[in-house]
Parts: sequence; structure tokens; C-alpha cells
Amino acid sequence: MKPVYIHSIASISAQHTVDESVFLDQVESYEDNVLQAIDPEYKNFIPRTAARRMSKGVKMGIVASKLALSRAGVEVPDAIITGTGLGCLKDSEKFVSAIIDNKEQFLTPTSFIQSTHNTVGGQIALELQCKGYNFTYVQASVSFESALLDAELQLKTDEASNILVGGIDELGDHTTELFKVAKLIKSEKVSSEALLESKTKGVVYGEGANFFLLCNEKSENCYSELIDTAIFNTLEKEELTSELQEFLKNNQLSVDEIDAIICGYNGDVQFDDYYELLTDGVFAQTQQVYYKHLSGEYHSSSAFGFWLANKILKTQTLPKAVKLNQVKDSGFEFILLYNQYMGENHSFTLLRKC
Amino acid sequence: MGIISAIGNNVVENYESLIHEKTGISRIQKIDTVHHNDIMVGEIATTNEEFIQRLGLPSDNNYSRTALLGSIAALEAVKNAGIEDMGSCRTGLVSATSVGGMDMTEKFYYEYFENPACQKYILSHHLGDSAKKIAEQIGVKKQFVTTISTACSSAANAIMLGARLIKAGKLDRVIVGGTDCLSKFTINGFKTLMILSDTYNTPFDENRKGLNLGEAAAFLVLESDEIVKAENKKVLAYVKGYGNANDAFHQTASSENGEGATLAMQQALKIAGSEPSSIDYINAHGTATGNNDLSEGKAFLNVFGEKVPNFSSTKAFTGHTLAAAGAIEAVYSVLALQNNLVFPNLNFKTPMKEFDLKPQTEAKHKELKQVMSNSLGFGGNCSTLIFSKEA
Repeated sequence: MKPVYIHSIASISAQHTVDESVFLDQVESYEDNVLQAIDPEYKNFIPRTAARRMSKGVKMGIVASKLALSRAGVEVPDAIITGTGLGCLKDSEKFVSAIIDNKEQFLTPTSFIQSTHNTVGGQIALELQCKGYNFTYVQASVSFESALLDAELQLKTDEASNILVGGIDELGDHTTELFKVAKLIKSEKVSSEALLESKTKGVVYGEGANFFLLCNEKSENCYSELIDTAIFNTLEKEELTSELQEFLKNNQLSVDEIDAIICGYNGDVQFDDYYELLTDGVFAQTQQVYYKHLSGEYHSSSAFGFWLANKILKTQTLPKAVKLNQVKDSGFEFILLYNQYMGENHSFTLLRKC
Repeated sequence: MGIISAIGNNVVENYESLIHEKTGISRIQKIDTVHHNDIMVGEIATTNEEFIQRLGLPSDNNYSRTALLGSIAALEAVKNAGIEDMGSCRTGLVSATSVGGMDMTEKFYYEYFENPACQKYILSHHLGDSAKKIAEQIGVKKQFVTTISTACSSAANAIMLGARLIKAGKLDRVIVGGTDCLSKFTINGFKTLMILSDTYNTPFDENRKGLNLGEAAAFLVLESDEIVKAENKKVLAYVKGYGNANDAFHQTASSENGEGATLAMQQALKIAGSEPSSIDYINAHGTATGNNDLSEGKAFLNVFGEKVPNFSSTKAFTGHTLAAAGAIEAVYSVLALQNNLVFPNLNFKTPMKEFDLKPQTEAKHKELKQVMSNSLGFGGNCSTLIFSKEA
């Protein structure tokens, strides 16, 4: 089995994450219940005419994937694997509204074509002329981890030597309104810093694109080594700690060897107690990190957490804005990520310093 | 295996329809669309209410039709595989869908804001929801469950991932397949692309007018050699080879030279360690669109040269069932192997002028050892699976 390394990272988020040379030096603080990703200069990456036809999700995905590839110095990867919870939401909404509003008449195919969940993966392949393996995973909050696990399988067995992996989700106005109706999104605006104190139902929603180039040969620039990923469709609260310990044991590690635990806390009073079980329990004495107050919650937001973990391991620094407690600021060897959404689709991801 | 499609509610019924040339294509009944006189579909007769009753779901359930179909097919697969304890080994679920909960979303799109009773479906819109429900129905807990959405190749990719997960030792058993229901969204989408036939679809025919959409679900139970040995299981067939490639030609259309499909078939042969001559039958993607059948036919010639094996598309029976198609046709491929039978390609009359390729138009009995199944989709996604009698 070959090792798996994260060769490059790229993030488009509600924070200033496009510039690789900074690391949350200047944090955008919001007072809202929906956070939009900060648009990069799309024209530097996509010809204007092409960009006009693309929704934000596709554009973010293309820019983030191009950044990840160029930073790794890879022109065409062996495979492209993406994860998205809700896919190309804007085009889906556009097509559904057109069907209803125009009573199934006078429709054009553009938004239908662009509404499929594999649009981003397909567009990247088309642009790079990448004829290799191309998969898109759509399993809610483990969409990105499914992609990661697939890439890990192929790299470990040497079926591929470098793979572009990414998570993309975009906001759609209609869906956002529906999520407010269904109380998935908080009814009140919350300030980023006070997210975990909100103690209300629902989350602050967001969007973003996070891409990574994974490879099975180590290079100087590598960010981290991906040790293992585990996915669980369900986990009872009573089972969480034991499953976590089992996962660490399978990787010959114990809880004390984890230098930081990155949790997917999203401020939803109904489900944050899963994270509390760990941060008040076996990881009470470990450096704890959270991030969804900066990125917002969305199905592939754990890819932003993955970006954060890589940044911490590479720079060996921990920005103040993501600290949940004060244990350590340096010396990060192993980082563990734990994520779930609404008590379902749980994942553990384990990274090691390179 | 388990399956529900326009030609049957289970594996036996599907097989009976295939051998008796009984198509499932008809005028649409369940969806109120302005296009009802312009299109034909492969629709399943059973209503949502009947499925809900059969599954014993509470009245406040929020199952989309996609989840209902998927549950029915997966339950049959688990039953036929004789699985008594889902927790006896590491059992995952890899599903596939492209429509997901869109059937409910398009129905309640504006009503959601006024009628609290339908708001439960807001949560079941996303594509991963049907896998969640299927897992609940078949009792997969605390395990790897995911969904693939690569348009019309989705379920073939789910089968491929399942096979790889077992090969890598990550899981002992994986329930793989796909599900998609009919929706106004896909009917109108394919309508705008002008690839819907107004009559029975005619795969590989010179005068083909396009595809008929269908709804269906199918699941297969893949198990490792160890489980098969330990539980003394009867093996229906082996997933011998798989290939996935991207055509990288156009967002929706396939390249005229069929490059993506060629690559996928070649890769599957390589993984299977098989020569092209070892393939006894190809269950083609064969959607009956001008573009697909030309591209796929060219790909056959690229891979098999002068010696293209017997091939047929079963989409004249079921319609194109989108993300489920790869699983539907995997079940048919296994049935072909089990019965040494090449299924007929219905409605074929005139060979295409671009090449000298004729599908098998009547059921043909012959010894089958290896069957190939193709699934090609939007986004350039091309997948091939090879099923074999021998490991």
C-alpha cells in the first residue's frame, strides 16, 4: 500500500482564502444567517464569455480546481473526483421555476444541462481534456469524504498516482428560503463569533469550493499525509466515542497522540451535542478547533475543514479565530477531523504532518 | 438481485417480460404533463400510496418516489441474497440517482411556503436522501453509505465502487445499485434537448427518433470471496472488469468516434484480464438517440474490430432509466449469463448507414461466459462493466 499525500490545496469561501500566502490573517466577521463565498477574480481563470453561462458553483469549482492543479504543477490529473450535497442548485431552481411558470413551454436546455450534479467534474474534465476516471458523490455531509475515500483507495493501490479531489456547493435563493421555512437555517441573524452561543435551532448556511491534489509520491511541498477516512451513515451518541477510539486504534494511535481535533460545530442546538461529547470527553485536554462560523454550514463544508487542517499542518500555526480552547499553538503532528450534519452522515478524517 | 421497472415488479417478472418481448413503454399516466401526447415512457404502474402501504411507512413519511422504488428493489435484493443479519459482516450501501427528491420538489415548489404539510419533503430533496432511506429499510447501520451521481452512468459506477471497496478489503459486502423516478424535470429537460421520441424507441435503427424516459430501481448484493466461502453462498456472477473514462468532448453529447466509451470498454477488459473475443454478449447503452447509438457503435468497432459480439439494448423494454440504468442492465446481464440468453433489441428495422452493425433482434440461446454492459452519460461519463460466470 502506498501512502497518500495532499500535494496542494485551494479554497474559495466566505473568508479570504484564495491567496495561498495568508492564513486567516484577516477574518471576515458576519452578522447573518446566510454567508456567501467571496468571489475571486473569475476573469483571471475563465474566459468572460464562458463565465457568463456558468453559475457561481461551477465557476468556484473551476477556479479552485485550477488553483489546486497549478499549485501542484500538475496539468492533467489521472482522475477527478468531486463531492456535492446539492449540486448545481441555481440551474436546478432556474429550470424548475421555468417549467412551472411557463407551464412546460418555451424552455431552453442550458439550465437543465448545467443542473446535473456532475457538471463541475465534467466541466473540469472537458477543459483539461482529462479522459480519466471521473466520479461525483452526492451523500449529504459525506459527499466530500466519499470522494476522499475513493481517491485514497486508488492512490494506496497505485491505480492512479495523482487525483484532483474537491467539494463544491452553491447557494440557491429559492432553496435558501425553503431551508428557512423548514428551520434548517436559523431564523435570526447571528454574529460569527457568537455562533456557538446562539443555542437555537438551525444553522448559518454557506457555500464554497475546496479542491486538493492528492498524490502517492512525497514532495517537498506536500501539506500532509492522509492516513485514513471513515464514513458512518448513522451513529448513536453512545457509540461515537467507542467508534472514534476504534478508528484511532486501527491506525495505531491513541487519543493523546492527536494534537488537534477539528469539529464541525455549526451552532445547531439540536445536533452540536455530538461534538460536545468529544470536546467535553476524550478530547477535553486536546486543542479543539472549529470553522463553520467562518465558512457557514453546507454539505461539503467539511472540505473547508480539510483545507484548514492542511493549512495548520503545513504552517504549524493555529489562527485565533478557529480556536475553541487554549492548549497549544504549535507542534501539530496528527490532526483528526470529525463531522456530521443533523446527526447523520458522520466522518472521521485523519491527517499527519508531512 | 432486486429490480423494479416498467416491465416487472421483481426479478422474475422482468425476466418473463424480456423473454416474451413484452415492452413497458406506454403513454404517461402518473405525471400531469403538457407533453403527454408527444412522449412515451417506461412507467411503473404501482402508485406511491401502494408502495407506502407495502413498506409499512407511517403517514408522515417523506419518501420521494425515487426512495420508494429504491427501497423495493433493495429489499428484494437482500431477500434473494439470503441475508439474515446485516450486521454479520461489514456491509455498505452504494446507491445512485440523478432525480432524487425532485418529483416532490417540482410538485410543491411554491406550495412549500404556504402548506406546512408538504414541508417535510424539503428535507428529502437532496440526492443522498434516497440512500439514507434504503439503508434504513434494509438495516444498514453505522456503515459506509454513499450515493454517486454521474448522470446516466451513475449505477454502473456504484457497482464499480462496490467491487473496488471489496477488492481493497474495506468492506465484506456492498449493496450496489441505483434508482430514479420519472419527473417533469427530466421529461422537460430531455424534451428541450430534442432527444425524446414520440413513439416506441428503436435502438441502433437508422430511423431512430430518440429515447423514451423510464423509471426503475435495481440493486445487487456484492460479497467478498471470504463471505461466499464462509456462508457457502451460491454466486450468481462475478464482477470481473470495470472501466470508467471521460469522453471530454461535450457536456451532453458523446464524441462521434466514441472515444470515451472505447476507453471504458478497453479498461474493463484490461481489469478483467480478458481479450475482446471473450465477450459473448454486450448489453449496450443504446438509448436510441442519434448521437448515442452512433458513438457507441463506433466504439464497438474500435474495441472489437470486425468481430463485434451479439449486442442489444434493452431500453426498448424499460425506457432510459437514467441513473438506474446501469443497475437495471447489470441485473439483465446476470440474467443473460444465468439463462445463456441474449435478449432481443426490440423495434429494430433498418441498419444505420454509418456502419454495418445489427443488434440481436430475437432472443438467442447460446452459451454465455462473459457479458459486457455499457453506461454512458452527460458530462462525458462512460462506464463499462464485465460480468462473468467464472471468477
